[in-house]
Amino acid sequence: MALFIEILSSILIISGTFFFFVGVVGLIRMPDVFSRMHATTKCDTMGAGLIYFGLITWQGLTFTTLNILLILVFIWITNPTAAHYIAKSAYLLKLKDETMEGSSL
Amino acid sequence: MIITVTVICTILLLIMTFVGLFRAYVGPTAADRMVAINMITTKVTTIIVMIALVTAQELYVSVALVYALIGFVTTIGVSRYLMKGKLD
Repeated sequence: MALFIEILSSILIISGTFFFFVGVVGLIRMPDVFSRMHATTKCDTMGAGLIYFGLITWQGLTFTTLNILLILVFIWITNPTAAHYIAKSAYLLKLKDETMEGSSL
Repeated sequence: MIITVTVICTILLLIMTFVGLFRAYVGPTAADRMVAINMITTKVTTIIVMIALVTAQELYVSVALVYALIGFVTTIGVSRYLMKGKLD
């Protein structure tokens, strides 16, 4: 049973690291601000969730685990909010720049 | 086994953090830098929690919570400054 829990937790942690890697590749290779945001924020939320669930599976239900769950809920609430706000500011900045330059969208 | 896996994944995440810092350095606009810094905040929070559980220093988990809070407030503040040109 302990070995099964360790294997399940290892699989979850490795999957989370893979999702973080996909996010970094998207951040480096994508051509635009909004494409980069599309890659990073979703992959970060998914990767953090998988890694935290792996650590919770490893540790069992203790006070530390409840603290980790609090961090996870906080990240799941605030990461999409921050992405939405960055996208809004980037869109308004781009709109302002292009009206200044006089070029078409 | 699980400790080895966690340590290796922590080292990989650390390398990825520095790769993301490259985008924060060369990013053409300020929004690119904000996206990179937001990603680095999430990664560093995860790294702190993993190190806390590997070394059995469970007080560091609270440090990770405070780091996530500071990162969120920083992202909202800088984006608002970019959008409106002032902070009020």
